[in-house]
Amino acid sequence: MILKELSTAIGVSGEEQAVRKIIREAIRDHVTDIEVDSIGNLTALKKGTGNGPRVMIAAHMDEIGFMISGYDSSGALRFTNVGGVDARILPGLRLKVGKKALPGIIQWGPIHKTYSDRSVKEIKDLRIDIGATSKSSAEGMVKIGERATFDTTFMEIGEHILRGKAFDDRAGCATLVEILRGGPYSVDILAAFTVQEEIGLRGARVAAERLKPDVAFVLEGTTAHDLPDPNADPDDPIQVNPACKLGAGPALTVMDRSMIVPPQLLRFLRETADAENIPYQLKTALGGGTDGGQIHLSGSGVPTAVISTPCRYIHAPAAILDKRDFDAGVRLLQAALARMNHAVVTPV
Amino acid sequence: MFDLKTHLKTLVETHAPSGHEGPIREVVQSAWESLVDSFEQDRLGSLIGIKRATNANGPARKIMLAAHMDEIGLMVRDIVDGFILIHRVAGIDNRLMMAQPVLVHGRETLPGIVATTPPHLLKPEDRKKYPDMDDLIVDTGLPAEEVNRLVRIGDLITPDAPMLTLNGQLVAGKAFDDRACVAAVTACLNELQRLQHSWDVYATATVQEESGLFGARTAANYIKPDIAIALDVTFAPQAGVNNDDASDINEGPVIALGANIHPKLFDRLMDTAKKYEIKHQTEAMPANTGTDAWAIQVAHEGIPTALISIPIRNMHSPVETLDLRDIERSGRLLAQFIATLEPDFFSTSGWDEESDTDAEEKES
Repeated sequence: MILKELSTAIGVSGEEQAVRKIIREAIRDHVTDIEVDSIGNLTALKKGTGNGPRVMIAAHMDEIGFMISGYDSSGALRFTNVGGVDARILPGLRLKVGKKALPGIIQWGPIHKTYSDRSVKEIKDLRIDIGATSKSSAEGMVKIGERATFDTTFMEIGEHILRGKAFDDRAGCATLVEILRGGPYSVDILAAFTVQEEIGLRGARVAAERLKPDVAFVLEGTTAHDLPDPNADPDDPIQVNPACKLGAGPALTVMDRSMIVPPQLLRFLRETADAENIPYQLKTALGGGTDGGQIHLSGSGVPTAVISTPCRYIHAPAAILDKRDFDAGVRLLQAALARMNHAVVTPV
Repeated sequence: MFDLKTHLKTLVETHAPSGHEGPIREVVQSAWESLVDSFEQDRLGSLIGIKRATNANGPARKIMLAAHMDEIGLMVRDIVDGFILIHRVAGIDNRLMMAQPVLVHGRETLPGIVATTPPHLLKPEDRKKYPDMDDLIVDTGLPAEEVNRLVRIGDLITPDAPMLTLNGQLVAGKAFDDRACVAAVTACLNELQRLQHSWDVYATATVQEESGLFGARTAANYIKPDIAIALDVTFAPQAGVNNDDASDINEGPVIALGANIHPKLFDRLMDTAKKYEIKHQTEAMPANTGTDAWAIQVAHEGIPTALISIPIRNMHSPVETLDLRDIERSGRLLAQFIATLEPDFFSTSGWDEESDTDAEEKES
């Protein structure tokens, strides 16, 4: 399963090689013009049969993680985050550290001694233990600048559920791989597996300037927070905003912090979904941004939409998604590519 | 051939929180089967493996060894839309629970993850405190009907924390508190197969230590030992905490000294460690040691007690960390201590050179 391979691969922002290698292998027989540009984006062309708009489809290869920043004399490692991490999830986690993916743990002081101080420990005060007993032995095991990632085992649960690391955005990468393996399509597809999204949408900007598309779709694994409020009064009808839900189909962004989806493009996607009986939902929360935030401003502007697989617990060790949502997302995008026309990309 | 690492791995990967020690009792009994002569239990479920003296002349005296086999954990408090809300079972730390993988022990064992809110949806005030236990949610990924079929209120939840090897020397995992010391007792019993001893050894895996030293009290009341040695873990130094009272990893077991400890036992343990050149450390504990030793000292009609501790980092987390050699040293120290016990060791209360009855004569 391509998602399993991609989820397990380690590719923290700025060091996406391992992911790029898997994707390249997966798509090579289905595309032409494979290129890796100066920042590390992997782009490719799937030539269409007709004369429709040039469609860029982007998914980012990088995941959030950590970088080793120093050593204590005890051999414990200091570290920083790469991309957005809530420091509150870190105590007591297991990691894979450095180029050799060494087992490591994030230390946490014993409750007996520390519970009187409930303040949140920032990352700068946390330490990774890889079993080094001195600074020099630690230096021999991992160098400053090497990355670390969550130690998570991919899991299939029940009939439909997948659990694993980095579904943001290996779910998007897997969707794009499936699209490229399918077809033929009438439109030209400019596939962009981007880098460094998590630290500022960096790769997407470069890829869009190089590819110069007429329209773009960004594929993400996005924040589903369809959980009950544990402190809610059972009789209280007010529910926490889930942003989007598992099992309700791919999530279409209306607006996020980085862009507003052009109304005609959103309507096109909704009409396509309705015509093909593909379930979908609209995202109801405003948090976060995507590669779309840079793509829509490239050149003289590119109409851009975002199609996401809802995932719980992104930016944490193990996210959860529903395979049916993933599959519906692939079908929706395929249907949209089949119906794509020049009118859709014209602003109203 | 006794493999300490594999034995420890089996112990810590068993799931048995305080009050629900059935699974770990089976594992310990199986491990001690070939090392002791018989088994008994107290009525709370503490397991007592009895290894009879090999060369007693007359009725042998009793030494109790106590290491607790329960662990901290979680319990299902409620199920809402298939998501699980939780209680703590003893001193598990709510501050580290978010994002932890867990196992829900219902009709089947279900892998779950403790829910997190992605940074994109967090408000600044959310980031300022760790969630309370009541705020946490366990997600198994299964549909609500499945969860309701397989899980009930009261079911137990434990960290999904296989034992991990760090750099070949150290190991990390859950329940080293106190199964590392259960392993030390196993190591001791192994050593004793090769040694003569004139005391009966009552190796006890106590229950419900984490809930209030409960099994230590009932087991000691049951056994009525002449002396006892408790084993528990203690704090190794680590960043971000006060390390004034910490003991180093890979420097051997820590022999405690203080009001909870009979000084004669402390002296004898120190003498044994020095004589057999076993690396060791000492720890001054003014009053309550916070271990089974505290309960045993005043159990039955009073029992002279000592405490040996194994230093670990990250106590009460799923990544407790120690050096296997400290377990091995603890086992060896105990075995040599037991082997050198004379039949009349500690035949008085051990406080004065004069006998205890002198005081009565003087009064009259």
